[in-house]
Amino acid sequence: MTEKILLQSGRLMDPSTNRDEIIDILIADGKIESIKANIVPSKEWKIIDLKNKIVAPGFIDIHVHLREPGYEHKETIETGTLSAAYGGFTAVCCMPNTNPAIDDESIVTFIKTQGKKAHEGIVDVFPIASVSKSREGKTLAPIAELVHAGAVGLSDDGAPVFDAKIMRRALEYASMYNVPVMQHCEIPELAHGGVMNEGQVSTELGLPGIPGVAEEIMIARDLILAEYTNSRYHVCHMSTALAVDLVRQGKKKGIKVTCEVTPHHFAVTEEIVRSYDTNTKMNPPLRTQKDVDAIKLGLQDGTIDVIATDHAPHSLDEKEVDYIQAPFGIVGLETAIGLSISELVDTKCLTMKQLIEKFSTNPRKIIGKQIRVAEGEPANLTFFDPSVEWTVDIKQFKSKSKNSPFQGRHLKGKAVGIYNNGKLMQY
Amino acid sequence: MALSSRHLLRLQGTPKEDINQILDAAISFKEILNRPIKKVPTLQGKTIVNLFFENSTRTRTSFELAERRLSADVLSFAASTSSVTKGETLKDTARNIESMKIDMVVIRHNAAGSADFLSKVINANIINAGDGQHEHPTQGLLDMFTLREKFGKLDGLHVCIVGDVLHSRVARSNIFGLQTMGAKVSVCGPATLIPRGIENLGVDVYHHIDDILPKVDALNVLRIQLEREAGGYFPSLREFHRYFGVTKERLDKVGKPISILHPGPINRDVELSADVADGPHSLILEQVLNGVAVRMAILYLLGASE
Repeated sequence: MTEKILLQSGRLMDPSTNRDEIIDILIADGKIESIKANIVPSKEWKIIDLKNKIVAPGFIDIHVHLREPGYEHKETIETGTLSAAYGGFTAVCCMPNTNPAIDDESIVTFIKTQGKKAHEGIVDVFPIASVSKSREGKTLAPIAELVHAGAVGLSDDGAPVFDAKIMRRALEYASMYNVPVMQHCEIPELAHGGVMNEGQVSTELGLPGIPGVAEEIMIARDLILAEYTNSRYHVCHMSTALAVDLVRQGKKKGIKVTCEVTPHHFAVTEEIVRSYDTNTKMNPPLRTQKDVDAIKLGLQDGTIDVIATDHAPHSLDEKEVDYIQAPFGIVGLETAIGLSISELVDTKCLTMKQLIEKFSTNPRKIIGKQIRVAEGEPANLTFFDPSVEWTVDIKQFKSKSKNSPFQGRHLKGKAVGIYNNGKLMQY
Repeated sequence: MALSSRHLLRLQGTPKEDINQILDAAISFKEILNRPIKKVPTLQGKTIVNLFFENSTRTRTSFELAERRLSADVLSFAASTSSVTKGETLKDTARNIESMKIDMVVIRHNAAGSADFLSKVINANIINAGDGQHEHPTQGLLDMFTLREKFGKLDGLHVCIVGDVLHSRVARSNIFGLQTMGAKVSVCGPATLIPRGIENLGVDVYHHIDDILPKVDALNVLRIQLEREAGGYFPSLREFHRYFGVTKERLDKVGKPISILHPGPINRDVELSADVADGPHSLILEQVLNGVAVRMAILYLLGASE
């Protein structure tokens, strides 16, 4: 028997079809059967009231660390995808700094299989494979095999591809398969040993700094290489004002560059490091208000294409050490929508449509997984309440790890459910 | 009167009244140290643990002496003899100490923020005896005590901190403490050893020592860790001595006496020439005696804060 679900009275917003209206959507066996005003419900259908909620094309987070295989005490594909689902994401791209790294087609296949098993496959898991073997930056990983096994991008994230020759070859090689090289931008020698942004605050706290130039110089080098090789280049977790400007100039020149920013890099500054709370430690580090302002401007003028969380789970024991020893990274999937609506939409930096572009349309285009909310298309949807106010409680997180600096923060906007691959999840 | 905090974690933000109270109390304790019988019963029945995760002979000895002269029960342990080397976290160590009903903990650790961390996880009074490159507040206080004793006041003094400011917790505590007390602080060192943004703290930065000497009342000369040469912060110790070393020849040119402080241990003829370290304007040995008196004052005031 056909399973039908009626989404009633939601506000459908799909930037790819330029649609923005309050309307009903009927889903039958995972596909959108009709989009019409006032669909008369049948008794056999499941009815979901989405009044005052927004229905958007499924959100995707193109930068998460699911930690499996290798670091299952931090997160697994099972717990990470549930965290994603509760955060309103119907898809995630997982980074290859696993153990072993995602540098072999068998690992790509393993991750996809685990993803399909988790929660009946409601969240698509798209692996990003490593650029180099074992992410060591020395020799190219088997890029063609990895892409054919299902990798949607290439990155040595956690570490940069530091060797300019390897970077050049990776860009050239990846361009044959139209996948982006996603760079963790950092000059290792300049960043080495640092644990927070270098500047007055690091001086006061006596903590070794990571200067913004470590990120900016790498972006500048890579933009020149991307132009020279005519290849697609994606800047991961951009954090400084000059980095935004470099990408802006690159786009103006016609370089095939895209970039992402995390919610924490526009929601907080280095000032919160004064607590010495290790949940304020991530790489790239939190920067200054000037950088936050530039990032918001970059989001507004379209320089920054994507909001991605860099969801980086670590266990309590790993983070409950001194600041220098603590690992970099915070969880982000379950606070992303709230932080973005509170800091960007509520402050009139972005329109809701622009926000949906940065969570769905743009990132999906980058990895070649575009969707449309239209009749006959598979139903891949995120439902969220743009005005509900709530307080972050890490104990409620579905992620296996709770390392968030946003505990107790008051936010506006939260996902209320997702639909994907014929499965519905409401919460 | 009690201090405004039950811990001494940093001098940044420590109110002037607290600093004055500690420095004033230290006068009485210094007087006790000059008596034939140097022990008072002030902290009888209190237990103090000295947790030294980093090697330190001077600071630890100074604290132990101060604690014993106040009649406290004292337990000291160094990282090499503890389970820290077996991978136990600071938190576990702290909780174990807590279970033993300790009243005060003196901590020296190589990580900035470790004293703050300890103050959040256990109930004892915490005294920061140096946390990474962050602060060394008792050193800052004993430096201020020594300067106040010499000049009769801190307000209006001009002190220059010379050398490796980047890696120095002594520098940070001196900057924050002295500024609170109304003194002017400058720093002088190679550009590679001056931390970024320090000028935003109201500190003047110099790279030529002869430019600053005529302007100051005292120099606080920092120890150069010999490994900084290998770290590439300056080309050689010889060059460092030649351009930043505090020598008698340099000081004589100024034509007025400049007091010399140094947190020890001195690399003679690297940051400080021997004739200056042992010269008439050196306050270095006075700092050592004052260190005990100032630490007694801190322990006494924090012990009384309960």
